[in-house]
Amino acid sequence: MLGALTLLLVFQLIGEVLAQLFALPIPGPVIGMALLFAALALRGGPSPELRDTAQNLLQHLSLLFVPAGVGVMLHFNRIGDEWLPLAASLVGSTVLTIAVTALVLRALARRAEGGK
Amino acid sequence: MRTPAQLAEIWVYLSASPLLGLTVTLLAYQGAWWLYRRAHFHPLANPVMLAVAVLVLLLQLTGTPYQTYFDGAQFVHFLLGPATVALAIPLYTQLPKLRAMAFPLLAALVAGSLTATVSAVAIGKLFGASEASLLSLAPKSVTTPIAMGIAERIGGLPSLTAVLVISTGILGAIGARFIYQALGIADHAVRGFAVGVASHGIGTARAFQVSEQAGAFSGLAMGLNALLTALLVPLLIPFLKNWL
Repeated sequence: MLGALTLLLVFQLIGEVLAQLFALPIPGPVIGMALLFAALALRGGPSPELRDTAQNLLQHLSLLFVPAGVGVMLHFNRIGDEWLPLAASLVGSTVLTIAVTALVLRALARRAEGGK
Repeated sequence: MRTPAQLAEIWVYLSASPLLGLTVTLLAYQGAWWLYRRAHFHPLANPVMLAVAVLVLLLQLTGTPYQTYFDGAQFVHFLLGPATVALAIPLYTQLPKLRAMAFPLLAALVAGSLTATVSAVAIGKLFGASEASLLSLAPKSVTTPIAMGIAERIGGLPSLTAVLVISTGILGAIGARFIYQALGIADHAVRGFAVGVASHGIGTARAFQVSEQAGAFSGLAMGLNALLTALLVPLLIPFLKNWL
């Protein structure tokens, strides 16, 4: 648990340093994820300890968004003025994005499978 | 027994320490999780939405400023970093499927990312949103720190973008199942990837509650879309401004 958590933080730290060093538009943790993925592919998979720790963290990923979500309360006034266009845009765009991504992926994945 | 004045002193003491913000966050989430489980993990009982609603109500009723609350809740918030790194592990277990689907995944990513930005701005414009709001809407499908950075670069309001990002996440986590049912999409890799493109980490959290495969592909989509949107939106905005 402790070793695995340290490893995750080390990869995050490397990601943050690289992001700052090269002024990358991607956040450090996402770079850390890519690097850890590459390391796992080279090494042939995670240790059972790392696997368990990741599973525990990700099982309650929802919890980690709660503090930022409560920040909604700071913007009640601005949202109140433009609630209709904002709500329409969010709902419409989210539905369209999920539908388009899923349909394109399904169509192309089927064709890739059929071509073999 | 304490007198009311002494109780008020305890409140003053507690409300100034991080302990309270952290504890109420965990309590609210566990209450939300309990409901979510009782609802058989139905998407409409989304635990992020329920916990946020309870906490906002609580802070409003007690007149507690968000900053005071966040002093405690930041310990939970901090774990987002290592959790994002940890997404590499489920992704690794999906490596064979990932290889087989590499091209379709990239094509779907580009299609989804363009749809997210263009449709958000177009629908907002159609309903008469102000220009600052339109620019804040453009990066709404990617994870908060990137979306805020993009909004700042193109002249939106980063703090409004943060709220729009969280709302998009919750909407996608709630709505995805109904869209997949309507379209007849059953593959968990496809389901996870699409919700990850549209609804970043909150969609990914929901996907992990459905299956590990859905979660892994959602996490991948979230990471890739963060990268693509950061590159694409600043290029797209001048065209969108002319066109609208």
